[in-house]
Amino acid sequence: MDAAADAGRPVPWQEAVIERIAQQTARVRSLFLRPQHWRPFTPGQHLDIRLTAPDGYQAQRSYSVASAPAEEGVYELVVERLDDGEVSPYFHDVAEAGDAIEIRGPFGGHFAWQASDGGPLLLVGGGSGVAPLLSILRHRALAAPDVPALLLYAARGWDDLIARDELLRRDEAEAGFDLVLALSRDRPRRPQDAGRRVDAAMLGDALARLGGPPRLTFVCGANPFVEAVTAPLLDLGLDPATIRTERFGG
Amino acid sequence: MVTRGFTGRRPASEVADRIPPGQSLTADFPVLSAGPTPRVSLEDWSFTLKVGPRPVKRWTWEAFNALPQTSVTRDIHCVTKWSKLDTPWQGVLVDDLLTDAGIEPPTPFTLAHSFDGYATNVPVADLVGGRAMVATHYDGRPLTPDHGGPARLLVPHLYFWKSAKWINGLQFTERDEPGFWELRGYHIYGDPWREQRFSGD
Ligand SMILES: Cc1cc2nc3c(=O)[nH]c(=O)nc-3n(C[C@H](O)[C@H](O)[C@H](O)COP(=O)(O)OP(=O)(O)OC[C@H]3O[C@@H](n4cnc5c(N)ncnc54)[C@H](O)[C@@H]3O)c2cc1C
Repeated sequence: MDAAADAGRPVPWQEAVIERIAQQTARVRSLFLRPQHWRPFTPGQHLDIRLTAPDGYQAQRSYSVASAPAEEGVYELVVERLDDGEVSPYFHDVAEAGDAIEIRGPFGGHFAWQASDGGPLLLVGGGSGVAPLLSILRHRALAAPDVPALLLYAARGWDDLIARDELLRRDEAEAGFDLVLALSRDRPRRPQDAGRRVDAAMLGDALARLGGPPRLTFVCGANPFVEAVTAPLLDLGLDPATIRTERFGG
Repeated sequence: MVTRGFTGRRPASEVADRIPPGQSLTADFPVLSAGPTPRVSLEDWSFTLKVGPRPVKRWTWEAFNALPQTSVTRDIHCVTKWSKLDTPWQGVLVDDLLTDAGIEPPTPFTLAHSFDGYATNVPVADLVGGRAMVATHYDGRPLTPDHGGPARLLVPHLYFWKSAKWINGLQFTERDEPGFWELRGYHIYGDPWREQRFSGD
């Protein structure tokens, strides 16, 4: 694994240019970063970013890489705007294509999936927690399209869905991939989707759709979301050792 | 490298020197865990002190809670970049565990083990002399499961992944053996003031 291969070698900060910014939803944008030295990574890993004020004050945060490792040279980050936040509003209100920031990584050796890990894969994301799962899905389509995967994706409404068109297209085009949407404040648009928060019944249906117990389950989002998903998964009999979580804060 | 247009939000000057490099102050209590929160009942709970593979003392929940209780208020620092000041804990100092077991530390290193299979390594020097405890209470209340309840290690001067949640034992080891995160690229020691986040830092 990357982490083991890197053991003991320092990973330096480096400059990355914001090549492009894409508005995903009203509160979420994707930033496409081109670093001086792009490092390969395992889908699920995150980058550390560092911003420096004129007086030398610095702020650091972590953001999951949403792009696939096959997109060499760039890292896509998906940043949700927290109105009272220090760093995420910078990416929404100030950052422009052509600006440079500092990055380090990618890091993280547990919330990560490579083709040799196999499946079936159950992916459960809440809000911007879908970011590392996008990387896994994009990689899966290229590297292991036979691995069955289901993404249960929770958002407030239809217009809050990150990468919505891509996910709907993958659901149509990719035989082994299923998308189920849980919209807490909106009506479902498709028969398999639900107009409520993720609950035990929805998770049970997702497991039935996958057609077998997942080899690995990845759950990502704010901590209350991760707790609300993993508790019923344990009740449904999943082996805790197969469930990996990433908690964004809150 | 100055980031164009970034001014940032500085911590109040009276607390600024308590925040290690790269960390931000939070009023919340975020959660970092690799997996689901395990369910640990107090009937099944126990804590075992081992020297290598050999158990030397085991406490039930009842016996553990009969040990001398200590309260501390400490600043804590999570590798995911948040720091929280003046967090109030209560539990049993590692010193008091050793006294009750009637042993002196037999080796310079330990691995803390947890109910979910997690392990993390901490040198003995960082556990004794009042520097660490097995905490059962936070802010006057029993520790909640998502924060590591019934009991977690508290080694506040190291990054918080060293403060193993759902702890069920402490094992003395001859060598400094990497634990769960340390095998996955994180720093073997984890001093927030030297920003030892990742192996190689
Ligand atoms: C490994 C890892 C990967 C991450 N990946 C992503 C990602 O892909 N996209 C992304 O948008 N964010 C991601 N985050 C969260 C990100 O690092 C920042 O915490 C987030 O952008 C808020 O930073 P801020 O400076 O704007 O807010 P801050 O000023 O740091 O915080 C404002 C308040 O909001 C709370 N908070 C932090 N995050 C959240 C949240 N997600 N929901 C609700 N409250 C929160 C904080 O505890 C604080 O009280 C990730 C975090 C980790 C640890």
